[in-house]
Amino acid sequence: MTDEILKVRGLKIGATIYPPGEKARDIAIVHGVDFDLERGKVLGLIGESGAGKSTIGLASMAYGRGGVELTGGSVEVNGRDILKTGIRDIRSLRGGEVTYVSQSAAASFNPARKIMEQVTEAAILHGKFGRKEAEERAVTLFRKLGLPDPENIGERFPHQVSGGQLQRCMTALALCPEPDLVVFDEPTTALDVTTQIDVLAAIKEAIRDTGVAALYITHDLAVVAQVSDHIMVLRMGDMVEYGTVDQIINSPKEDYTKALVSVRSIEHEEKKPTSEPVLKVEGITARYRGTNFDVLKNINVDLHPGQTLAIVGESGSGKSTLARVITGLLPPSAGQITFNGRTLTPDQPSRPLEDLRELQMIYQMADTAMNPRQTVGTIIGRPLEFYFGLKGSEKQKRIQELLDEIELGSGFQDRYPAELSGGQKQRVCIARALAAKPKMIICDEVTSALDPLVADGILKLLLNLQKIEDVAYLFITHDLATVRAISDSIAVMYQGEVVRYGSKSEVLSPPFDDYTDLLLSSVPEMRLGWLEDVLANRKMESAGN
Amino acid sequence: MFVRIPVAAMLGLFFTGLFFFIAIFAPLIAPFGYDEVVSQGFWDPPSSEYLLGTDGIGRDLLSRMIYGLRTTIWIATIATILSFVTGSVLGFLAAVVGGWVDQALSRFVDLIMSIPSLIFALVILSITPITVGVLILVMGFLDSTRVYRLARAVAVDITVMDYVEAARLRGEKTGWIIFREILPNALSPLVAEMGLRFIFMVLFISTLSFLGLGIQPPQADLGGIVKENTEGLTYGIGAALWPALTIAVLAISVNLVADWILNRTTSLKGGRG
Repeated sequence: MTDEILKVRGLKIGATIYPPGEKARDIAIVHGVDFDLERGKVLGLIGESGAGKSTIGLASMAYGRGGVELTGGSVEVNGRDILKTGIRDIRSLRGGEVTYVSQSAAASFNPARKIMEQVTEAAILHGKFGRKEAEERAVTLFRKLGLPDPENIGERFPHQVSGGQLQRCMTALALCPEPDLVVFDEPTTALDVTTQIDVLAAIKEAIRDTGVAALYITHDLAVVAQVSDHIMVLRMGDMVEYGTVDQIINSPKEDYTKALVSVRSIEHEEKKPTSEPVLKVEGITARYRGTNFDVLKNINVDLHPGQTLAIVGESGSGKSTLARVITGLLPPSAGQITFNGRTLTPDQPSRPLEDLRELQMIYQMADTAMNPRQTVGTIIGRPLEFYFGLKGSEKQKRIQELLDEIELGSGFQDRYPAELSGGQKQRVCIARALAAKPKMIICDEVTSALDPLVADGILKLLLNLQKIEDVAYLFITHDLATVRAISDSIAVMYQGEVVRYGSKSEVLSPPFDDYTDLLLSSVPEMRLGWLEDVLANRKMESAGN
Repeated sequence: MFVRIPVAAMLGLFFTGLFFFIAIFAPLIAPFGYDEVVSQGFWDPPSSEYLLGTDGIGRDLLSRMIYGLRTTIWIATIATILSFVTGSVLGFLAAVVGGWVDQALSRFVDLIMSIPSLIFALVILSITPITVGVLILVMGFLDSTRVYRLARAVAVDITVMDYVEAARLRGEKTGWIIFREILPNALSPLVAEMGLRFIFMVLFISTLSFLGLGIQPPQADLGGIVKENTEGLTYGIGAALWPALTIAVLAISVNLVADWILNRTTSLKGGRG
């Protein structure tokens, strides 16, 4: 038996698209990619959205997602070309020889069945093990993956374990039938940063102990550097660069790879607090209706004019709830908010128009933040009309000015959101917020749905606009690299409380409290051996464990 | 845009168009008046003079059906519009305002829907004078409960979108949120539903007339004409089949068009169908 598990030659993948009002046509998604993978090795596939990473990953199971067709080349698994064999053969391959770990474990597990049943299903179905052996193997894997109570966790239902644990259960599911190859498709992307590192470590160890080959798909170069032996950089269906991890992150050859490695290069001088704060949050405590649990506990933060306050924390820490309280969507149970010298009324409908105008918001998902049936001109024009009563050519002129400010230029007014790229959509949302001439903008995870290079552009734009318009940002994010790039002061939130608050330099310099230390140390760094170092030096367990 | 119309939709469009054309220009097309007794006999077989023969009292069946179609389509259209305006505005309102408004409206609709609509209509019509206006009101009101359900369900999905929240935070009034943010996005399922509801209206008015509580003689709609001629079936005379067939073809062709619209409009949004 050879050591070569996967051999891909000239793989071409195409799809048929149906643009509205036009004839259907075929497009190529992947144009001829070659690579090999040996037993016990991990190949990282990296690239931005649309690069073809997942498509290639699934092609190694001879599978094309809805409408995607494998049009050319060969994929050899254990020496036989799986693109040419029949469906019976492929059926024995999928879930047996090659298994798959998807991004969202929560969406992939059947909520109505116990974890153990699902983890052992493929192994039993493929006749690798009997029920008893399969369950024993599953328990061994649960233990290896560091899951608590490995003997009994299989008896739980998927909703009874945390997100990070479920992702590890899915890894156990993939490893249970003793596959030769596992495809990991962004397995840690949906997890919090402090949880991600545990899952990452568990996956890495499990791969090493079981000796499988693995394809590791991600958009995060720092993550892939921790688990892979080799990295292949993809862009729009073409291979850009291939090499060992060391070579890719320390001496990239291609410009595109260099850009990926050096992303987040923004230098931002911290500004000192000057005059009266534009926003003063005092003793805010809040809970959702019908619950008996405070989501926010006694929050006190200030935001100064023309500056950026970053609210950092993991999911469930209360960051977005704080934004809802400030905008008046969730009236607080205690505390008060002063905005621009005026006390804000707790609920939004009772606020004067002036308060609404000066406090704008930008959302995480630009897709759902814009009405798909309105043109860019209408979207940006409405606040102009609504707050300032602008009409006709005056309005058109102002819309164009705003479009120029967000670097989109002319010809965008009549487009619909569906005709814009992800980055352009977010820019239009920024323009909509600016149109109101606000004193302050709440940015709720505005870059987390974007590819790193695009996100970088958005951050630069925001910083630039802050200089021109003198607007303050309340910047909600879980990404510490973004925080470093954009903030003047930082509030770290954990379980509804602000655990650390101050200027950027204060918050980011030692001595740290335990949680801030955990958070800061969990951000993947682009160097070899980082994962091992961090795990050896941790003071506190992550919450998702 | 007419190049890619599928055959089924084409057929549906053709017949729907034909029926509406006939309905609008009925007085010009029909060879005789709707209550004009043209023959001494009854249930005359089709001839060159009376293309579909005559009915039980010697009126030209084709002319009567043309006028009947006009009545059916007219009543169904007005009732559909009525049910749509009421149902969708109230449905959107319930979704946007929420709270007790939503509760009150939704529970009231549940109450109405728990009574079979045909029986409900029969009860109301047996105690009120049967005029075209009352018929339309009763049909439109009963059907608006179904439109309400759909409109509310669609709008609830849309109100949680960030762009609706953004409009609220901007300070927009409920009217803007309903008509500018929600309506354009709810239109495609509603338009498709409109076709289906129109068909149900056609069937509803036909049923009522067939049971004798719809359009009163000598006026007639298609259902009424079926009723007038059912006796003939006992003697092996098929006159009742022609209006029945017309109802079926009308229902099917409108359905095909509605289906096509649903497919077309949802693919614009990235495809649900």
